[in-house]
Amino acid sequence: MALLQISEPGMSPEPHQARLAIGIDLGTTNSLVATVRSGVPVVLPDANGRPLLPSIVRYVDSRKVEVGYAAQARQSDDPKNTIVSVKRFMGRGVKDVAHLESAPYDFVDAPGMLQLRTAAGVKSPVEISAEILRVLRERAELSLQGNISGAVITVPAYFDDAQRQATKDAGRIAGLNVLRLLNEPTAAAIAYGLENAAEGTYAVYDLGGGTFDISILKLSRGVFEVVATSGDSMLGGDDFDQRVFCWIAEKAKLAPLGARDMRLLQVKAREAKEYLTLHGEAAITAKLSTGEFVDVVLSTETFCGITQTLVQKTLGPVRKALRDAGLSVEDIKGVVMVGGATRMPQVQRAVGEFFRRDPLNNLDPDKVVALGAAMQANVLAGNKPQGEDWLLLDVIPLSLGIETMGGLTEKIIPRNTTIPAGRAQEFTTFKDGQTGMSIHVMQGERELVSDCRSLARFELKGIPPMVAGAARIRVAFQVDADGLLSVSAKESTSGVEASITVKPSYGLADADVERMLRDSFDHAREDSHARALAEQRVDGQRLVEATRSALSADEKLLNEEERAAIEQAMTNLQKLLAGTDHRKIRQAVEALNRATDEFAARRMDAGIKRALAGRKIGSL
Amino acid sequence: MQNHFDLFGLPPSFSIEGETLERSYREIQSQVHPDRFANAGDAERRASLQWTTRVNEAYRTLKDPVQRAKHLLELNGVDVAFETNTAMPAEFLMQQMELREALENAKDSSALDQLRKRLRQEKSSMERQIGDSIDEKKDYDGAAGLVRKLQFLDRLDEEIDSAYEEHD
Repeated sequence: MALLQISEPGMSPEPHQARLAIGIDLGTTNSLVATVRSGVPVVLPDANGRPLLPSIVRYVDSRKVEVGYAAQARQSDDPKNTIVSVKRFMGRGVKDVAHLESAPYDFVDAPGMLQLRTAAGVKSPVEISAEILRVLRERAELSLQGNISGAVITVPAYFDDAQRQATKDAGRIAGLNVLRLLNEPTAAAIAYGLENAAEGTYAVYDLGGGTFDISILKLSRGVFEVVATSGDSMLGGDDFDQRVFCWIAEKAKLAPLGARDMRLLQVKAREAKEYLTLHGEAAITAKLSTGEFVDVVLSTETFCGITQTLVQKTLGPVRKALRDAGLSVEDIKGVVMVGGATRMPQVQRAVGEFFRRDPLNNLDPDKVVALGAAMQANVLAGNKPQGEDWLLLDVIPLSLGIETMGGLTEKIIPRNTTIPAGRAQEFTTFKDGQTGMSIHVMQGERELVSDCRSLARFELKGIPPMVAGAARIRVAFQVDADGLLSVSAKESTSGVEASITVKPSYGLADADVERMLRDSFDHAREDSHARALAEQRVDGQRLVEATRSALSADEKLLNEEERAAIEQAMTNLQKLLAGTDHRKIRQAVEALNRATDEFAARRMDAGIKRALAGRKIGSL
Repeated sequence: MQNHFDLFGLPPSFSIEGETLERSYREIQSQVHPDRFANAGDAERRASLQWTTRVNEAYRTLKDPVQRAKHLLELNGVDVAFETNTAMPAEFLMQQMELREALENAKDSSALDQLRKRLRQEKSSMERQIGDSIDEKKDYDGAAGLVRKLQFLDRLDEEIDSAYEEHD
C-alpha cells in the first residue's frame, strides 16, 4: 500500500495551491497585518480580537521585550526604554530628526542612522522596527496555521533610499521574505480601486502618524499607474500632538518637564486631538510628578488655529504632485483619504476645499493600506491566475544624481520616473593624469549638494593617466521594483570598474544586518541553523516550482541538450531539498539559477513578441 | 543603437498615437514586469529587471517630444548636440529673454498660469514644425535646430515649476 503524503506546513504539495502571503502596514503609530482569505482581504486581529498593534516597543531588560498595548500601557512610567514612533528614525541621523529635544530617549549619534540606548543595550531603529514586524509575523503564523511564504511591507511613497533600505532590513531581521516594498498610497489605491471598480484619475491623500504622502494615480482595468507622487516624510499626526503639547505647556505655565511628564502630556495631547474629532472641546487633566496639576480645556477653534499651518503645509506637495502630473484639480475624479490623521475635521475640510469635492471616506483609513498590501502580496505570491491579476506601475519620489564640480548635483534619474528604472551618464576627469574619481550619490531636488541627501560615496580607482577630459567614466544607476538604488561606475577606455549597492552612509552594512539577525535568534532562542535550513528549503522549493512551470510553458524554446542540463540541475536540487545541509541547498539553487539564465532571457523575449503579436492581430 | 519604435511595434515617426503606444507599453509590461516574477529564480528576476528597465526607458523617450525627436534624428544619423551647439537665431533669443523677464516679474500664481499657457502654445507650435520637418520634409538637420529650440522652451517650463514652488 502506498503511504499517504503529508507536506511541510505552509508549503503546498501542488504548485497551484495558494501560498500564504501577508501585507504589513508598518505605521508610525499603529501597525497591522492582513492577508487574502478565500479571495477576500482581511486584517488579522490579535488573540484579543484587536486589529491594530500600537507601534511601541519597550525593552524591559536585556531579555524581555514588550510590543504593542503592553508597551503602550507603560510608556509614561518607562519613557526611556519605551520607543514610540520609531518609524521617524528609520534611515535618519540625529540632525535629521525634528523635536529631538522633546523625545525622552538616550540617543546615540552613529554614522548614518541614529541609535537609542535602552535597558537591552544600544538599539538601531531597524532592530526596534523588526520587533514590531516579528510580532505581526507570529500573529499571522498563528492565525493562518503555517509558514508565511512572503510579505509585502508598505512604506511612505516619499521615503528615500535610506529609509526604504532600513525597512527592508527590518523585514529580514524579523524573519520575513520581503516580496516587495510597496508605497502606502499605492496600496490604498489598490484596495480602494478594486473595491469600487474605480476608473479614472484619483488622488490619494495619506496623512499618517509621522509621514505625509500625496499620490496621483491613473486607474484603469487591470492597471494602477502612479503618475506623480510628493509628500513630506517628516509631517504627520504626531506634529499635531506636538502643537497641542506645546499649547498645554504654555497654557498651564509649566516649567521644563522631565521625561516622564513629557510623555504623560504627549499622551494627553493625543487623546485630546482624537476626542476633538467628534466633540467641540476636550478637557485635559493630569497630575505631574512634581505634584503640579494640569487642568485646561482645548476648544476645536483653538485646535484648528494652532494646527492650521500644518494643514496648509500638506497642500504644497499636493500642488506639486498635480503640476508634475500635468493635471489640474478638475482632472481628479476622487480623493481617497488614508491614515488616521485624516479623521481630523479640519483636514477633511481643507482637502475638500482644495479639490472642490467631498473626499472619499468609505474605507477605514487605518486599515486600507494593510488590505491593499495583502492584495498585492497575494498577486506576488502567484495566487492569482494571469488575467485576474493587475499591473502596478510605481515611481521614485525623489530625483537621484551625483555630485559634480562646485558642489552641484547632476540628476541622473528624475523624480516620478517609473520603476524599475536605469540610466547611465558619462563623466570625465578634471585634471591631467587623474587616476581616481570619487562618486558621491545624492537624492533630492535641489541643485546644491548640501541641500540634498547624501546616499553614498565610493571611489573608482586605477583610471589610466590621460589628459583632462579624455577619460570616459560611465556611471550607471539602477532602481529596482522596491525603489532601491544600486550604482556602478566604469572607465570605458580601460574597463576599470567599481560597483556598489547604495547602503553605506545611511543604511546598515550587510555585516550589521547579519549581526542583528544573529542577535534576534539568540533573543528568540531560535536555532539559527534550523531557520537557515527552513529558508533555503522554501527558496529551493519555490525555484523548482518556477522552473517546472517555465518548462511546461516554454519547453520549445530549448533544444534537447539545454533541457537536459536544466532538468539535471533541478533533480539535483530536489534531492538535496530532502537533506538537511542548507549550504548544499543554496549551492544547488545557485547552480539551477545559472542553468536557467539563457532560458529566462529567451522566455522574456518570447513574452514581448507575444504581447506585440497579440496587439497586431487585435488591431487588424 | 536600439530602436525604441521597434520595441513597441510602431513605425518610426514623430507623430505617434499616444493610445497605441500606451497599449503596447502595458502589454509588454504585463509580460516582463518584476511583479510577474516575484517567485521566480534569480535568472528570471534579473532578465525581468533588465527588460522592464529598458521598456520604461523606451516609453519615457517616446512620450517626451524632445527625447522622441532626438531619438528619431539619431536613428537617421543626426546628432542634436544640445551641449555643443548652442547657437540660436537672434529673433528666438529675443523672444526667450522676453519670456524670462515675464517669469521674473510674475508675482502670483495667476501670472504664472498665464505665462505657462503662452509657453504651452509656443511648444505645441514648435512640435508641429518638428513633425513637419521630420515626417514630411525629411529635413533632419533643420529639425535638429527646432528640437534645440523646443528644449529651450522645456527648460523655461521647468523654471516656471520652480517659481510655483516658491509661491507655495
